[in-house]
Amino acid sequence: MKIKSNIAISDNGFVFNPVTGESFTANPTGLEIMNQMRRGASAPQIVETLCNMFQVEPTQAERDLQDFIEMMRQYHLLTYDEE
Amino acid sequence: MPTRKIYERPVIKKLEGNMPNKFGMRSAHEPTQSIEGHAVKDLINEFGSPLFVISEKKLRKNYRNARQAFQTRYPKVQFAWSYKTNYLDAVCNIYHQEGSWAEVVSGFEYDKAIRNGVPGSKIIFNGPDKTDSDLRKAITNNSLIHIDHLDELYMLQDIARESKMRPRVAIRVNMDTGVYPMWDRFGFNYENGQAWDALNKIMFSGLMDLVGLHTHIGTFMLSPNAYAVAASKLAHLAQSLLNKYNHEIKYIDIGGGFASKNTLKGSYLPGSDVSPSIHDFAEAIASALMNSDYRPKTPPVLVIESGRALIDDAAWLLGTVLANKRLSDGRRATILDIGVNTLFTAFWYDHLITPAQPITSYTEDTALYGPLCMNIDVVRENVNLPLLNRGDHVVVHHVGAYNMTQWLQFITLRPNVLLIDEEGGKHLIRRAESLDTITSQEIMPAHLAHFDL
Ligand SMILES: Cc1ncc(COP(=O)(O)O)c(C=O)c1O
Repeated sequence: MKIKSNIAISDNGFVFNPVTGESFTANPTGLEIMNQMRRGASAPQIVETLCNMFQVEPTQAERDLQDFIEMMRQYHLLTYDEE
Repeated sequence: MPTRKIYERPVIKKLEGNMPNKFGMRSAHEPTQSIEGHAVKDLINEFGSPLFVISEKKLRKNYRNARQAFQTRYPKVQFAWSYKTNYLDAVCNIYHQEGSWAEVVSGFEYDKAIRNGVPGSKIIFNGPDKTDSDLRKAITNNSLIHIDHLDELYMLQDIARESKMRPRVAIRVNMDTGVYPMWDRFGFNYENGQAWDALNKIMFSGLMDLVGLHTHIGTFMLSPNAYAVAASKLAHLAQSLLNKYNHEIKYIDIGGGFASKNTLKGSYLPGSDVSPSIHDFAEAIASALMNSDYRPKTPPVLVIESGRALIDDAAWLLGTVLANKRLSDGRRATILDIGVNTLFTAFWYDHLITPAQPITSYTEDTALYGPLCMNIDVVRENVNLPLLNRGDHVVVHHVGAYNMTQWLQFITLRPNVLLIDEEGGKHLIRRAESLDTITSQEIMPAHLAHFDL
């Protein structure tokens, strides 16, 4: 599970794919997840970080993380080396 | 440990170049946290979810506004509440208290109006389905019978001849008003002479009192001018009767159909922007009548059967998010406990739906589905909403018309309906159905009463 290396992510959640020219915005939770992924955190580690930062239960955080990753996949922002 | 921040689901959204959204404006996402002074959360805690909430204050205000719109433009105006639009007794009685007669289209609705205490002579009986016994009852009660087709006209003649009673009748006229589709299924056509023919039959028979002329040109009409056309065609028929028989009708009934502020499916602009106001309709109708060639000694009463325009925005449907899902093509879907069973008008309208709790500035596109196990159970195909979580509440706006009469008892039961009075008092006006409501109508044959599994 890795974000493509050429994807630019700004501090305020602006995401740009230079290959396709598409841009995206992520909310603070989404931005936190992307930053964690960039640092190489695993899914369980990300869930733990989210639970420490936000008022959320692990089950909810895990479900939302999966959904978020699925969205990034739909937007072709991920490399598929994790499979 | 520092206090943890409020959680919001992670989202990422594609930015669509520099294209503005469909309406060139930001969709409004003000949450609706309370209705008529009551917190949505509290209402759901007390009365369950889903829940219909009706505002008596708004009903009366809409009615008075409409009455004023017509009365300031035409000397004699009479409203008749369209029962099919919402026939909960409490709702009907609000209109009756305001002075509205009843407009009904079936024996069932007729009996409901009588049961509510409406005098028979103030009930307008429309529709193609009046049985022999319905007609006898209506004649005995001196009700206004609007004849829909020739078979009904002959049936009335037979009853009148045999019973020696004189039915008070009008005919329903359909016509080309420049609006399509033309509703030519109901009543007698103007352009091809059917309507004039029917009027002659009534006058020649000498068995009935021809008291009015009626039309209902369609529903959710966006063109005031269509009503001007309709009013002048009815006035022309009235003048023809005056010329030929020296007979003056007592009223012209222009029907209903004025658009509410809902947004029709597929409409490019929201209904709040495109629907004419009741004043536009009143102006078109009143001036067409005043300027027509009809010159009676006593001007006819103008009868109005407006339904949805008087009630749609006076009711809300409160519901709850059951789940969030991702569809195979990546689109998001939110499942509500509101489906097309409770919100029947989801088939016609893109209803405005707002969250009932504070929101953040992030939004996402989602499909809203109901709880029914069916593909057609779509509340909104695609709507931009703040992030909703399981257990959150939503408010569907403008649901007063046709939902509480066309709702379906499918898979689940119909919910509570709450009226909030002018002082803010809460009144349950229709109890949620129970298993008993349904099974009390069922009869089990003895040989099917037992089984072993
Ligand atoms: C004869 C008649 N009158 C009045 C109405 C009320 O229409 P609306 O709710 O569109 O005003 C209807 C609805 O179809 C109708 O058939």
